Amino acid sequence: MFRLPADKVLQRALFVVALLTASLVGLIILFVLRETLPALQSPGITRFVTDESWHPLEGKFGMLPMLWGTLFSTTLAVLLATPLGIGMAVFCRYVAPPALVSTFRGLVTLLAGIPSVVFGFWGLTVLVPLIARVEPPGASLLAASLILAIMILPTVALMSEAALAAIPESYAQGAAALGLGRRATVLRVMLPAAKSGIIAAVILATARALGETMAVLMVSGNVVETPTSLFAPIRTLTANIALEMAYATKFHRASLFVSGLVLTAVIMLLAWLAYRAEHHIQKATGVLHAA
Amino acid sequence: MPLENYALAARAEMTRKSAPIFEKLFTTTAWLSALLVMSFFSWMVFDIAANGFAKISWSFLTEAPLSAGRKGGISTIIVSTLLILAVTIVVAVPLAIAVAVWLAEFSRREGFAARAIGITLDVLAGIPSIVFGLFGNAFFCVFLGLGFSILSGGLTLACMVLPILIRATEAGLRAAPNEWRQGGAALGLSKATTLWQVLLPAAAPAITAGLLLGIGRALAETAALIFTSGYVDRMPASLNDSGRALAVHIYDLSMNVPGGDQAAYGSTLILIFLLIVINASAIFITNRILKARIQPK
Amino acid sequence: MKLQVYDRALFTLLAALLATLLMATVSVASFAQERKLVITGASTAAPLVAEIAKRFETQNRGVRIDVQTGGSSRGVADARAGISDIGMVSRALSGEEQDLKSHLIANDGMSVIVHKTNPVQALTREQIIDIYTGKITNWKDVGGKDGKITVVNKAEGRSTLELFLAFFKLSNRDIKAQVVIGDNPQGVKTVSGNPGAIGYVSIGAAEFEAQNGASIKLLPLGGIAATTENVRNGTFPLSRPINIVTKGVPQGLQKQFVDFATSQAVTDLVKEQYFVPPAR
Repeated sequence: MFRLPADKVLQRALFVVALLTASLVGLIILFVLRETLPALQSPGITRFVTDESWHPLEGKFGMLPMLWGTLFSTTLAVLLATPLGIGMAVFCRYVAPPALVSTFRGLVTLLAGIPSVVFGFWGLTVLVPLIARVEPPGASLLAASLILAIMILPTVALMSEAALAAIPESYAQGAAALGLGRRATVLRVMLPAAKSGIIAAVILATARALGETMAVLMVSGNVVETPTSLFAPIRTLTANIALEMAYATKFHRASLFVSGLVLTAVIMLLAWLAYRAEHHIQKATGVLHAA
Repeated sequence: MPLENYALAARAEMTRKSAPIFEKLFTTTAWLSALLVMSFFSWMVFDIAANGFAKISWSFLTEAPLSAGRKGGISTIIVSTLLILAVTIVVAVPLAIAVAVWLAEFSRREGFAARAIGITLDVLAGIPSIVFGLFGNAFFCVFLGLGFSILSGGLTLACMVLPILIRATEAGLRAAPNEWRQGGAALGLSKATTLWQVLLPAAAPAITAGLLLGIGRALAETAALIFTSGYVDRMPASLNDSGRALAVHIYDLSMNVPGGDQAAYGSTLILIFLLIVINASAIFITNRILKARIQPK
Repeated sequence: MKLQVYDRALFTLLAALLATLLMATVSVASFAQERKLVITGASTAAPLVAEIAKRFETQNRGVRIDVQTGGSSRGVADARAGISDIGMVSRALSGEEQDLKSHLIANDGMSVIVHKTNPVQALTREQIIDIYTGKITNWKDVGGKDGKITVVNKAEGRSTLELFLAFFKLSNRDIKAQVVIGDNPQGVKTVSGNPGAIGYVSIGAAEFEAQNGASIKLLPLGGIAATTENVRNGTFPLSRPINIVTKGVPQGLQKQFVDFATSQAVTDLVKEQYFVPPAR
């Protein structure tokens, strides 16, 4: 395939860089593992699943409610943000009047750069009291999911838009030649063509939601309980680390790192599932990517 | 591939009688989603602006913070923030483009290496920022001996934004049609030349989008920086100095300093303004660099 | 033509940036000769210690003090490992931390707060215990309006939580909380945003916020009003020390700073950060 030696060199060099980047994750996981070691030895790994509550200072290490809290809030946030984000990308690309496009895109980009503590602060002073009026305490799964959804929207919207923008002109021309309307062009030609980019966007956004700390900590209530309703308080794995790390020592600190480890495991599982799903879609539709 | 899609779409279109209504519905939905998000967003920004505007003045920008940030300005913090961001971009962008090019152009998509690295990136994207902070502290500050410094902070952030940059660039490259690669090969161009002259310019919008997201993420980061670039609000004399980033300052003012709310809102406004300026220049610079190449049409 | 002008401008800009970075790096050399102290630890103490450090720097030329946050446990660990010269700890040292020497720089009282509109003026010790253990869940049972009580508790390991538990002789497992918080401002904002909430936070922070329009009210404890004044004169029953710690007896520059931070010279700074200066 590559006849020129220069290309071979380039390929090798790039591969080395890619490997180095990947090894970064290995490095981080090793670091987290090293920190969790005391906890994995002394309370033991099963205690994190079997203990009924989380009171590390009193020897209770149940982590399942926090795992559910993380999963519920992230799922809700992604369910909210994905259609909205794709809608925004479509709006920006195909619907908005040209004069509005760059302003709109600019605003969305700004949204991406607002520190999470500001989202948290705003959520705590505006959103939580509002929800508390319906059903106290207000700091809840609902508040956490809403704030998370806003925070990951720019990722979905901007990356989906970039994926749409990268579709060759010829697709649009082809659609026009067939006399397709705007709706059909977008829904049947453009979105399917940008599919892999959009999936990448949603995965990144999901990862962001899973890893988000400060904002969630401020609006979610942080009570370690499996939520039974939208208005129930939750604690996520990340909030658990941020809340307790400052004062944690020894096995308490180590068990906080277990939170980080569990989270990493969840993300790995999701990444693998996403990969399977994409693979599956491609097989089913017979659309396999070139290159 | 596109042809089948067109045919399918056209057939679906013909069997559907009420097309105009659906067309309307489609447009309305798109408008609604945009309006919904924008109104939520403006609500928030107006809240911040209303609370922080009184704080903004020339001296707020040019003076060093006093009394834990309640009084004085944020000049030193702006400088630290920009230096951290510069380190992040200088390190992350070339790395990200290299990895994305390998993933999109040189790897076998179903191959083990590409799959492993792809999953690795998704994992990297989901690691909570506080873990990045603790890792950065252990690795850059202590193990590599960089100490609490702007360099440590910038490098930690670079690790954090890598997946965003890589995935965006990769998506842009993958969207470039195969004919362009074949065209390059037919002309006897090396793969490197095709990449540099054709494929990367084609992926430019995606790279820019990734870069903007990355900058936003880096500017907004708190937890990872507290443990790496640190808390010192003095004017940094070099990259080896500890320097407090804007987001850390905002966090400290709002969570640690009673009476710091107004200064926190003011700093947030400045952060948003900085973001506008940096984004505009990022767009300008990527356009300048990439427009210099031959544009495929 | 026009493009070239842009390019030149861009090039000049980049060159200028690079030159600045280079100069900055060169200037490290001159700083290396300075005497330097590194202080790490409790985020609560960090703003105060940073201000003290600034004043110390202006009075002692050629000295540089870097203050870093990260929590009390980090303060202890870093000071012990020698990563820092001085640690900050926003609680009393525990039994197994006696290898370190602590130096008191300020006190911080803790009070129970409720929403401003709450008609309840005081709660007895038993009432507070019953509310926090979930035996009382409605304000009307303690003389307030009909409405659900939202119990705000602090996260595991926080020194204010330990103080609270020890004072009321509770175990954290018995507490039935609806909201768990981290830092003080989060507690103030949570309570001011929820008319049915009850929480406990640092008196200095609460006093300031209440004076500046936050919808919170400080409840007295055991008949003693929750004010910084009562913490200062020692009558208020619930307070914690803000300490800086050193490994062994402080020496040289370290000793100079510890002496300065525990002296009368910083009393105004302690007050300015809404803490209570210790009796000297």
